[in-house]
Amino acid sequence: MTRTNPTATIGARRSWLQRHRWLLWRRLSQLGILALFLLGPLAGVWLVKGNLSSSLTLDWLPLTDPHLLAQVLLTGQVPEMTAFIGALIVILFYLLVGGRVFCSWVCPVNLITDLAAWVRRRLNLKANVQLSRSTRYWVLGLTLVLAAGTGTLVWELFNPVSLLHRGLIFGMGLAWTILLGVFLFDLLVAKHGWCGRLCPVGAFYSLLAFKSLLRVSAARREACDDCMDCFEVCPEPQVIRPALKGAGKGLSPVILDINCTNCGRCIDVCDREVFEFGGRFSRATSDNKGRIGAGSGGSRAAEARAARVG
Amino acid sequence: MRSQDTSPGRKSNRRQFLGDLLKTACGVGLFGLGLGLYSQRASSVPAWAIRPPGAIDEQDFLGACIRCGLCVRDCPFDMLFLAEVGQDLPTGTPYFIARDKACEMCEDIPCVVACPTNALSHDLKDINKARMGLAVLADHESCIAFQGLRCEVCYQICPIKDEAITLERQHNERSGKHALFIPVVHSERCTGCGKCEEACILEQAAIKVLPMRLAKGELGRHYRLGWEEKARAGGSLVTPDIEHRYNLPEGMRYELQGRGLIQGEEAPAPLSAPLETLKRGVEP
Repeated sequence: MTRTNPTATIGARRSWLQRHRWLLWRRLSQLGILALFLLGPLAGVWLVKGNLSSSLTLDWLPLTDPHLLAQVLLTGQVPEMTAFIGALIVILFYLLVGGRVFCSWVCPVNLITDLAAWVRRRLNLKANVQLSRSTRYWVLGLTLVLAAGTGTLVWELFNPVSLLHRGLIFGMGLAWTILLGVFLFDLLVAKHGWCGRLCPVGAFYSLLAFKSLLRVSAARREACDDCMDCFEVCPEPQVIRPALKGAGKGLSPVILDINCTNCGRCIDVCDREVFEFGGRFSRATSDNKGRIGAGSGGSRAAEARAARVG
Repeated sequence: MRSQDTSPGRKSNRRQFLGDLLKTACGVGLFGLGLGLYSQRASSVPAWAIRPPGAIDEQDFLGACIRCGLCVRDCPFDMLFLAEVGQDLPTGTPYFIARDKACEMCEDIPCVVACPTNALSHDLKDINKARMGLAVLADHESCIAFQGLRCEVCYQICPIKDEAITLERQHNERSGKHALFIPVVHSERCTGCGKCEEACILEQAAIKVLPMRLAKGELGRHYRLGWEEKARAGGSLVTPDIEHRYNLPEGMRYELQGRGLIQGEEAPAPLSAPLETLKRGVEP
């Protein structure tokens, strides 16, 4: 990436490792989870059985995909209690850390779409079909309607997330064709097209993020020099603006949008070290008073007064 | 949520919003239609794929099974598989191929215990009550029992021996003096485990486990078997037949052996009549 901003030299002080810190942790998490599932079939060490749809860890911890469980319930079937407990554990976890943490830290398809985004940036591919980011909620609705209407889990015939994960663990078959399709779609048709606009699994998990505690915060937003690196690398760039540029409007520096995947790439790429992981209620270094919520009108004026930048 | 301003731009904003909404709805709807139609094609199960024990009715199964593979993992004999994309059955659902490796019918049924969604019904506690399919002696021509040879492998290997498969003796017409020992499957005891198909000594098994829907015929619901109804009722349910009587003019009778109507003649001894006829025919 070429940049023309005057502060580019600051980046020189940060090592490659610093600039890819969260990315490396994320890859470790994604591949580590995959490795845990593969340890059984490949090495005979059964720490985790099953796949992302439903699994059993150490023979006592059940985990179930709540989106899938919702579809099962809509088909009119009544699962065992373990499925409910498994889904509850997953829901509670993502309520805490943000639903779309699944997307960037767990989901194997993220490896594919990240690769597509990386190639896109490298080759400077600009082709981009405009798809609304709300399309995914329509697709989410569709998965539920299809389950209720047909009485079968229609979405599971196509779901790239489970096709890839199950494929790697139990046998791929021709599932790679659908994943190649997702890769090419992201590469040639729409930027961040699958994860950012269509995937109903991510859409479902985003709904669990409305009050999640773990958040990225533009804590030192006054240091931002508008290099746009974070917007360029972010899979959901629309989530950044209110936090980064909202000081004038008295908005919290915390990225509160439910579609932030907490991937931490903005923290990595920002040479001014504007971003950091924090809690939902963290404040900008310049904000000293007033608890900042997601647009709590009453405190806005106070926040506006407290904010220096803008 | 859209902006709350009341500027002149608001109307066109709303129009654009509704237009976008409609476009998205149409696109997603078409995608859904495609998926729905594809699912209709992709939800059939071929005859060679048998579901694990306890599998509920196929249509319900496709709603309940979340394709997690825990049944596959907990099978101690590694004979269950998850369908892959490109195979003829719904992606990710478990199956086994009896001819390759049949169900060993574990008493604790670990695959059912592992199922988190009741796609394999937890009501199944006794593996002998499982109905994975039904063994059918599909080919009488190649099964060597029909040649009078004592094979009996399917009979011997059956885990519910002498109940699910019995040997029925028939006369050997070819030799004229030996017996055929014909294996006969009884659906009220067969679990469809597939051991017989796995063990069949032929190149292609003559006995095959088929999904119940393919293996079983079904009598029309209105059918009643007279003798069963009679036994249940303790007597005939219809008026008994009246003995047949000819109403002929006086001095006439009717002979069923071929002479037909006979006028004013004594009835001949019944057994001798055909002999007399033959004799008469020989005389010149």
